[in-house]
Amino acid sequence: MAAGVAAWLPFARAAAIGWMPVANLPMPVAPTEKNKRQDELIILNVSGRRFQTWKNTLDRYPDTLLGSSEKEFFYNEETKEYFFDRDPDVFRSVLNFYRTGKLHYPRYECISSYDEELSFFGIIPEIIGDCCYEEYKDRKRENAERLMDDQEDNKDSKLPNMTFRETMWRAFENPHTSTMALVFYYVTGFFIAISVITNVVETVPCGTVPNQKEVPCGERYTVAFFCMDTACVMIFTVEYLMRLFAAPSRYRFMRSVMSIIDVVAILPYYIGLVMTDNEDVSGAFVTLRVFRVFRIFKFSRHSQGLRILGYTLKSCASELGFLLFSLTMAIIIFATVMFYAEKGSSSSKFTSIPASFWYTIVTMTTLGYGDMVPKTIAGKIFGSICSLSGVLVIALPVPVIVSNFSRIYHQNQRADKRRAQKKARLARIRISKAGSSNAFLHSKRNGLFNEALDSIEEEQRLTKSTSLLESQHHHLLHCLEKTTNHEFVDEQCYQQSYLEAGQNYPSRSPSLSSQDGVTGTCCTRRSKKRHSPLPNASAPAHMHPLTHHPHTHQHGLQELSTIHIQPLSTSRSSLNMRVDEPAPLNCQSGQITTAIISIPTPPATTPEGDAHPPAGPALQNVVKVSAL
Amino acid sequence: MKAKNRDQSLSDSRELDGSYDQLTDSVEDDFELSTVCHRPESMDKLQEQTKFTKKELQVLYRGFKNVGLASFMECPSGVVNEETFKTIYSQFFPQGDSSMYAHFLFEAFDTNKNGSVSFEDFVFGLSIILRGTINDRLNWAFNLYDLNKDGCITKEEMLDIMKSIYDMMGKYTYPTMQDDTPREHVESFFQKMDRNKDGVVTIEEFIESCQKDENIMQSMQLFDNVI
Repeated sequence: MAAGVAAWLPFARAAAIGWMPVANLPMPVAPTEKNKRQDELIILNVSGRRFQTWKNTLDRYPDTLLGSSEKEFFYNEETKEYFFDRDPDVFRSVLNFYRTGKLHYPRYECISSYDEELSFFGIIPEIIGDCCYEEYKDRKRENAERLMDDQEDNKDSKLPNMTFRETMWRAFENPHTSTMALVFYYVTGFFIAISVITNVVETVPCGTVPNQKEVPCGERYTVAFFCMDTACVMIFTVEYLMRLFAAPSRYRFMRSVMSIIDVVAILPYYIGLVMTDNEDVSGAFVTLRVFRVFRIFKFSRHSQGLRILGYTLKSCASELGFLLFSLTMAIIIFATVMFYAEKGSSSSKFTSIPASFWYTIVTMTTLGYGDMVPKTIAGKIFGSICSLSGVLVIALPVPVIVSNFSRIYHQNQRADKRRAQKKARLARIRISKAGSSNAFLHSKRNGLFNEALDSIEEEQRLTKSTSLLESQHHHLLHCLEKTTNHEFVDEQCYQQSYLEAGQNYPSRSPSLSSQDGVTGTCCTRRSKKRHSPLPNASAPAHMHPLTHHPHTHQHGLQELSTIHIQPLSTSRSSLNMRVDEPAPLNCQSGQITTAIISIPTPPATTPEGDAHPPAGPALQNVVKVSAL
Repeated sequence: MKAKNRDQSLSDSRELDGSYDQLTDSVEDDFELSTVCHRPESMDKLQEQTKFTKKELQVLYRGFKNVGLASFMECPSGVVNEETFKTIYSQFFPQGDSSMYAHFLFEAFDTNKNGSVSFEDFVFGLSIILRGTINDRLNWAFNLYDLNKDGCITKEEMLDIMKSIYDMMGKYTYPTMQDDTPREHVESFFQKMDRNKDGVVTIEEFIESCQKDENIMQSMQLFDNVI
């Protein structure tokens, strides 16, 4: 049941008055408290600090320590209070959760101590309210990272079962894992540097050959440079192929930015090899050499900062786009103005508007090369306006962009984080909610024979661990079932019964109930033979089935007792425990749903041909509903 | 007068600034609202008018007040509006959609039709259901069914109610819910209740038929020890 509105359960039960005149079936017995206690104050002594609250408040969340019977373990008989040897400051938040329904995370609290307290009291952290959840998750992540950093130093030992390929990949990604990887890392770095320096030095004029003008070193020592280039490209190729081999997902690796850079870095060489002798395209070949400068980007594997910069540029693309757009607007405006202003003067350099672009850009960025200057007065006036506005146009967005960078960068990270957390968080909350509706289904199946059992001891033993609130809520849902003549089932059973209905829909015969109908539940095709014919309690008075069918009931009781006499703690003992029980039925098909009228069907009409019908009337797989 | 001027200037400023922040605007409105909140009558008076004991009233009030606090931006005192009503009621029926039935309930509890249920309304309604005579309870149920409060239940009204009840079951039921199940149920209901077969059920017919039906009489007794 949802927490926090437990106080409104009486209202919900009162609202069921609207169903009563409409229902055709009698309602089930309401659960009563054995000793009707008035709401009492409970004293919780936490390390000496006493907290007091109503018992009802704690009962709102029956699947926590304080809300369930687990707190009895901490009951001190002499002082008549519950003593917990825990931190009283954190307990304040825990108790406020019961009172207000919202769990808050105090900022001054250490995250791990808070977590410990929450897990001691059985509260899942996902319930933390939105006001404090982000802070909680941030602190938790920081803590986890800190622990992880400490752990990584211990993690470097090679896991024994890694294949050679995985070892290689790990060596490539984390150079400090082994000496070989480190050597490889530095060697490739060295060669990248060599290659870049070679490209640069190639163009430096180095000395003169007699009777010729200065030539760049590249043309002078062609062979040497060619050998150097070849060596570098070989190393890069080998490295690329090795990475390609070691990558866990080759397709993904080939699409990644770094691999594209690698390819672009080495491709010009090979294209050049292929195309050297062709005169027509040698011009293009020369251009291709420009791409060799991309080798410098290979350094980003070696530098974390470069990668972060690249990422931030990518994530601030819109801001940059806006800056570019506004700059373009300003440039066009001022170029046009300058062109028309300088049109009159002779020998003006402002020959066309595009030619004025250069002037405008140089002026607005306050470079002022001086190769183009206005000569007319109007031109000078507009030129000065241009330079002033250039300062504004450029200087203003840049800090905004810079701050946007950091804001957007962090925000992106946080938004992704929150989205990922949200899904997980909602899933967890949904699971615990499904737990509560499943709790009804389970207790319905297992707990219904509480009504059949008239003996006080049985009832006490079985209802002790279901809280009164739970049983009242289940009674309410049961009343709704009776009113509408349909049963709640969970999704699995619904799918199955839907399929069954498609195959062979049981005809609605208007006949009344029969005496020895057994009611199976939806998943009866998987049920084991341990169904016993139980009395159909709807025809006789609902309250006293015992008096009518004592012997079968006795037998049924025995049968049932072998299956399901265990505490019905739907709360703390989780659903998982239930699955391992001796009757591992798929949907935990129970034994009784007493009020549903059934008609003994001949086995031929059972929807599943392979259902095991050991005894004809004993195993009824089909439940028929008849309207009175 | 002054309040009007303030509202006027508020809306003026809102128009000028085309992009006013939705959130702050609603926050301001709520701050204004919170001064108009409602205090319930004294407990003695309520105790006279209803049949609850002091302790019971205390428990009820605690729950009532907490709900107002728990819902964010809600006026935390004294009244519950329909949305909150629906939210609370839906917590008890996780599998189905209980909003229609909660709407009808709200209409039945809100006796003075002012769009909100105060603690008095709440307690009066509960007092009739939980502490009233069987006739009182039947009367209240009739009032719930009679959507337009004209003294008789038509088939359409009953069909709405029935659909809302069946909606609460949700999708995953056994046997699978058919589309005409509510209608059939309404037919059987009218067969039972409508004595003179005139297509509507009046209050007298309703009470008479209910008194004759043992199941209904018995289920009415369920409410004796709800609280």
